[in-house]
Amino acid sequence: MEYIVLAINAILVKNILLAEYLGNCPFLGVSKKMDTATGMGMAVIFVMTFATSITWMVHHFVLVALGIEYLQTIVFILVIAALVQLIEMFLKKAAPALYKALGIFLPLITTNCAILGVAVMCIKRDYGFIQSIFFALFSAVGFALALVLFAGIRERFQVSYIPKALKDTAIALVMAGLIAMAFFGFKGIDSTLKALTLN
Amino acid sequence: MKKSITHEFFKGFWEVLPPFRLVLGLCPTLAVTKTVENGIGMGLATTFVLLCSNIIISSIKSIIPKKVRIASYIVIIATFVVIVELVMKAYFFPLSQQLGLFIPLIVVNCIILGRAEAFASKKPVHHSAADGLGIGLGFTLSLMLISAIREVLGYGTILGMQVMWDKFEPFAFMVEAPGAFVCLGLVLGLINLVPKKA
Repeated sequence: MEYIVLAINAILVKNILLAEYLGNCPFLGVSKKMDTATGMGMAVIFVMTFATSITWMVHHFVLVALGIEYLQTIVFILVIAALVQLIEMFLKKAAPALYKALGIFLPLITTNCAILGVAVMCIKRDYGFIQSIFFALFSAVGFALALVLFAGIRERFQVSYIPKALKDTAIALVMAGLIAMAFFGFKGIDSTLKALTLN
Repeated sequence: MKKSITHEFFKGFWEVLPPFRLVLGLCPTLAVTKTVENGIGMGLATTFVLLCSNIIISSIKSIIPKKVRIASYIVIIATFVVIVELVMKAYFFPLSQQLGLFIPLIVVNCIILGRAEAFASKKPVHHSAADGLGIGLGFTLSLMLISAIREVLGYGTILGMQVMWDKFEPFAFMVEAPGAFVCLGLVLGLINLVPKKA
């Protein structure tokens, strides 16, 4: 039950993209076409789950053990950058088909603030190891969901009339605002769920 | 064509003004602009990191191997971010609580890495410093603009002072996530109406 609540919270109520404002650059960058959006979504799910489990271990077994938690930012970003590179090399050898699908999105992910953001969030909220992994996985699913939904709408923009000044990013942001408003409606579920878990 | 140092400084205020002309660094723009105070704090923190990292990267650009340059830039940027993080915790504790997660996230602000790659790694030190300072201050001004709109409409205040009339009903919408997106989108649209070169 606890994990169902965590899932609904991370995917719908506190969607990292639309409610926590993380990962907006890739969101606007790759959402012009459906297939790039799906590719990026898959890559983020993959990397975020991996990265969070590694950074959780690094934090608890290295940083806390040595008493150097203030270096968190530097260490985490290095771990993420190295991990992305490793995943890229590993996929190239082991799963060429998957590499072809995710390939070009992987390097971009290092500077996706959602990855670092979720890793830091798990530490700040004192999640346990399993909880962190699930939180990262569900957050990434939420990201992918928003990205794919958005790409579907954005494809329609190509055939509709949009004033010149609003073209591209401006109208995309306004659109993102409307989707965010739809997701905002899920806030009601939150309190219902809390009441359910308490009973 | 050789460009003057004043040009490198002032282009950050209009020609490549982030996040409007240079559409990068959107996450902090959306996340910390609930109030003007947060906007200024975030803008100045980013300016500091951008200025320092531009200077350092530009001065050691010849000894950074090409293959690992991005990783080296990230380490340099992260170092300054940690400095900002610790200084803010020590001297501006309430502000650092408000900005929370978004201070460590300055590391992955694409404006900083973008300037390092596109500018500081090719130009001399004093030009990079001017570029970093100009772009940083331009970013601060943009954050102030967005946060002023959101704070006035969302709370009826600026920097905590009441500016709207007594019976003014704040739009709760503006300080929530949807308002941030819509507000940024519309301001971006308005700015696009004005030509790039005066």
